Amino acid sequence: MYRYDEFDHAFVKARVAELADQVDRRLAGEITEDQFKPLRLMNGVYLQLHAYMLRVAIPYGTLSSRQLRMLAHVARTYDKGYGHFTTRQNIQFNWPALSDIPAILDELASVEMHAIQTSGNCIRNVTADHFAGAAADEVADPRPYAEILRQWSSVHPEFSFLPRKFKIAVTGAERDRAAIQVHDIGLHLKKNEAGELGFAVYVGGGQGRTPMVAKKIRDFLPEADLLSYTTAIMRVYNLNGRRDNKYKARIKILVHETGTEELTRQVEAEFAVLKEGELKLPDADIRAIQAYFAPPQLPERAEGWGKLAAEKKSEPAFAAWLRRNVNDHWHPDYASVTISLKGIGEIPGDATDDQMDAIADLAEELAFDEIRVSHEQNLILPHVARADLRAVYDRLVAIGLATANAGLVTDIIACPGLDYCALANARSIPVAQEISRRLGDQALQEEIGDLKLKISGCINACGHHHVGHIGILGVEKKGAELYQITLGGSGDENTSIGEIVGRGFGPDEITDAVETVVKTYLSLREDPSETFLAAYRRVGPAPFKEALYGAQAKAA
Amino acid sequence: MKILTANRLIDGEAVWLASDHSWAETIHAAEIARDDATIEKLERAGRAALCKNEVVDVNLIEIEIVDGEIRPLRLRERIRAAGPTTHPLFGKQARPGISIAA
Repeated sequence: MYRYDEFDHAFVKARVAELADQVDRRLAGEITEDQFKPLRLMNGVYLQLHAYMLRVAIPYGTLSSRQLRMLAHVARTYDKGYGHFTTRQNIQFNWPALSDIPAILDELASVEMHAIQTSGNCIRNVTADHFAGAAADEVADPRPYAEILRQWSSVHPEFSFLPRKFKIAVTGAERDRAAIQVHDIGLHLKKNEAGELGFAVYVGGGQGRTPMVAKKIRDFLPEADLLSYTTAIMRVYNLNGRRDNKYKARIKILVHETGTEELTRQVEAEFAVLKEGELKLPDADIRAIQAYFAPPQLPERAEGWGKLAAEKKSEPAFAAWLRRNVNDHWHPDYASVTISLKGIGEIPGDATDDQMDAIADLAEELAFDEIRVSHEQNLILPHVARADLRAVYDRLVAIGLATANAGLVTDIIACPGLDYCALANARSIPVAQEISRRLGDQALQEEIGDLKLKISGCINACGHHHVGHIGILGVEKKGAELYQITLGGSGDENTSIGEIVGRGFGPDEITDAVETVVKTYLSLREDPSETFLAAYRRVGPAPFKEALYGAQAKAA
Repeated sequence: MKILTANRLIDGEAVWLASDHSWAETIHAAEIARDDATIEKLERAGRAALCKNEVVDVNLIEIEIVDGEIRPLRLRERIRAAGPTTHPLFGKQARPGISIAA
């Protein structure tokens, strides 16, 4: 993985010192909250309902054991013994005191971590496929490009005060696990006919109150042009994006209002000016960054195949975990493991300090010292020998993290919601927990099959409800929580925005409603291989409306 | 009926303005404004506390009295007064005599 050079270390240290001084001056009353708020936000410090919240960047979701141990240490020492992994592949601490934040950031800096640009109208943490560098179906590792973008965008003077926040995602496989089409810029790393690497470029996707699927404006951008083309997009946005209305300030609105063709023309015109300039990436520089992401030396471990076959037979729970939580690796003797942070009835994305420590140990001993955070709020061990899967599983069982539900209905994305968030209108986590308990039977979940359920506690859609096969949006109506269901959303290579199925449900009704939707699917699917999403795309909303609202829905 | 709430600057703790002008850590101690004059008094005290950098995010919130206890009308404020409904051991609800929000 990428290692800080001297410049990086000095830069992050200087930033910690700067914030420490700002916090001191704030606590001494020398600066007002209005002056301080933008400064703390530039360092990931929010104020939520119960306390401050610190969002720490995990670039493209990649962590070493040493870094994960530091996150455990922060949770234990400065917080309440847990952290919350987010849909931006970051981690949030929910209870730090403002007065402790400089010390926390100082400790994080010692393991090459920080909270810079985890808030504010700037380019945020660049996200990537959580199986990057490991997946069998990958063309190339997208993370070197995410790192190049990270370095280029960090405190970029031209792009630190954009009309609104800006999110970039990169994937290196045809199967999109990074939801690139609901990002401001989505990059799909691929090869052209000559075998050269480049990107399909998508612009103007996003969720929030105006969900939009990104438009492809380039089918193949040579890798050398990554920064000049991205800069061209950013310039067009920075100049023309709306600053008069916060709700219309994202690039998706600009793309929509300008039209894809005209916007593409503007980007290409800007690109033509920049193309041969200083932003053109020298091949040596790309290769130098790629070298940081070279895969670990993976010795042949062919004994894993026979071993696994025997172990699978002996224990159905282990077999279920292998079916759901183990992904193919480019090296046939290896696999990627999903550590589900979605135990039945548990809080999606939360991990305790002890669990983080145990996973760090596990990664160090059996997984080449590497951990990923997925945007689906799970942790990943990207490189595990198949021969070691049983040992990994046993150790996950011991810390309560061996739930075999990756990609199933209880693998729910949920934002923090009204239990923590100052913006939320309704709770998300308790809804996720109740649905998880209701549908958590392993046999039932596996019968239902692949189903992505995503819950947001407000229209900002941090819980990605728009792209849930089943999405749930919490709103406040007459002082009470109400939950709207959307169906048919998807955040993969065939991205679609879910459609609202009908009137909302109260907190006591929403689990029943989800169960009704699931049962309706089971009753109408052609066969078990037809997933929920495929069935919905075939039959549309009508059978679900009827099941939820009765015959009156038909007439409406 | 209204009470004044804020978050303490140094640690973000949710607090409510008490009748002795201190910022109480539990909602029970909040001074209740039942008339415009008291509302104005609370607002003045809030502005003063902001200027003194004791608290941030000062807001007047609506409440009712249920079984002799202050109960905010909005769930958001009930959760602020109690703690996350998902973690009964965290937040004010971990203290004796503080009920959970929902």
